[in-house]
Amino acid sequence: MAVMADGIVTLTSGTFDEVVNSSSTPVVVDFWAEWCGPCKMIAPILGEIAAEKAGQVTIAKLNVDDHGDIAQRYGVMSIPTLLVFHNGELKKTMVGAKGKGQLLADLGEFLD
Amino acid sequence: MSQHHRVIIIGSGPAGLTAAIYTARANLAPFVIEGEPSSTSDQPGGQLMLTTEVENFPGFPEGIMGPELMMRFRDQAAKFGATFLTAKATKVEFGEKPLRVHVRDEVFTADSVIVSTGAQSLMLGLHDEERLIGHGLSTCATCDGFFFRGKEIAVVGGGDSAIEEASFLTKFASKVTLIHRRDSFRASKIMQDRALNNPKIEVRWNTAVSEIIGDDQLQGVKLLDTVTGAQSTLDIAGLFIAIGHRPNTDVFKGILDMEDSGYLITRPDSTYTNIPGVFACGDVKDHTYRQAITAAGSGCMAAIDAERWLEQQH
Repeated sequence: MAVMADGIVTLTSGTFDEVVNSSSTPVVVDFWAEWCGPCKMIAPILGEIAAEKAGQVTIAKLNVDDHGDIAQRYGVMSIPTLLVFHNGELKKTMVGAKGKGQLLADLGEFLD
Repeated sequence: MSQHHRVIIIGSGPAGLTAAIYTARANLAPFVIEGEPSSTSDQPGGQLMLTTEVENFPGFPEGIMGPELMMRFRDQAAKFGATFLTAKATKVEFGEKPLRVHVRDEVFTADSVIVSTGAQSLMLGLHDEERLIGHGLSTCATCDGFFFRGKEIAVVGGGDSAIEEASFLTKFASKVTLIHRRDSFRASKIMQDRALNNPKIEVRWNTAVSEIIGDDQLQGVKLLDTVTGAQSTLDIAGLFIAIGHRPNTDVFKGILDMEDSGYLITRPDSTYTNIPGVFACGDVKDHTYRQAITAAGSGCMAAIDAERWLEQQH
């Protein structure tokens, strides 16, 4: 899988299922697009979380412009939306941009 | 990070970042408490973070994307030495010197403070509104318009931002109903013409949204004709709200002089508040003009006021 320098995995329609189903840790998928201002604001925060919580969660991103079928499958109608998967199952949906403290609190159940 | 600063700037829209550029260039090393990410206009960069093309900011004849413009403001401030904290001020103490600004359990002190916390979008205040955000109800047309390709949607409001959103959303939606409670728009002439000449936009004048319909997903709204009292239902897949703003001044209540509406009061032709060393600029003190360029202009005024005030304190 394509892991970027910031520790975030870039998903596509082709790799989404494999990554989400085979990961041993919960996978947080950030549904985003280039034209979304709030998405740009949380991207660096997700990068920090990916680095700080490496081994506990996998942070991934999916561009809805290029891979709209996956967004449609999960009924994503607003971005940023973060979906959390564990063992291939959708465990949590988080809509909207938030600060780091709030994001960590919302992800608390998946972190040690 | 040093805890005492010559200047703390609270808020990072056009006003706060212009104040940061000017105070940084005056060697005051401003510390900007820039806010926290959100999907409403209450976020670092401010209201322009939710807009697309900005066509009226001087110097950009080809237009510029709102978020990009704000990134450039921020880069320019950082280049001259401004530093940033991505958090919200949770409490201020302006009773004695030094001035104190709290961010949760951290306290920062300053010789002067520039308040530029801006304004955020109002919601309708209807039952189910919060619950359906992200499920058909949106606070960000630029973020979410894409998901309504070929669908019928509505925008509530009658000002520039409502009309801009409605026009933008016609790129995706098959039809946009503009719901406005008055019989004329507050928006500028050029924006009005653009909407009224757009075949995909239908205006419902004298109409208010009385109820939001939908369980897991927005399905429609109930409408009230404010003249006849007649009720009707409109089936829509998406609802975008642009009914105005309120200033972000909760943290300053009882400390800084403000109007009943919450907008801060400054001394005429200046950015001085009632507290010496505290200055206010941008939409947090302006419910009249509310433009990026006027906010930037008053941010510059606040920086110069703060700089001169600091020089006098010896």
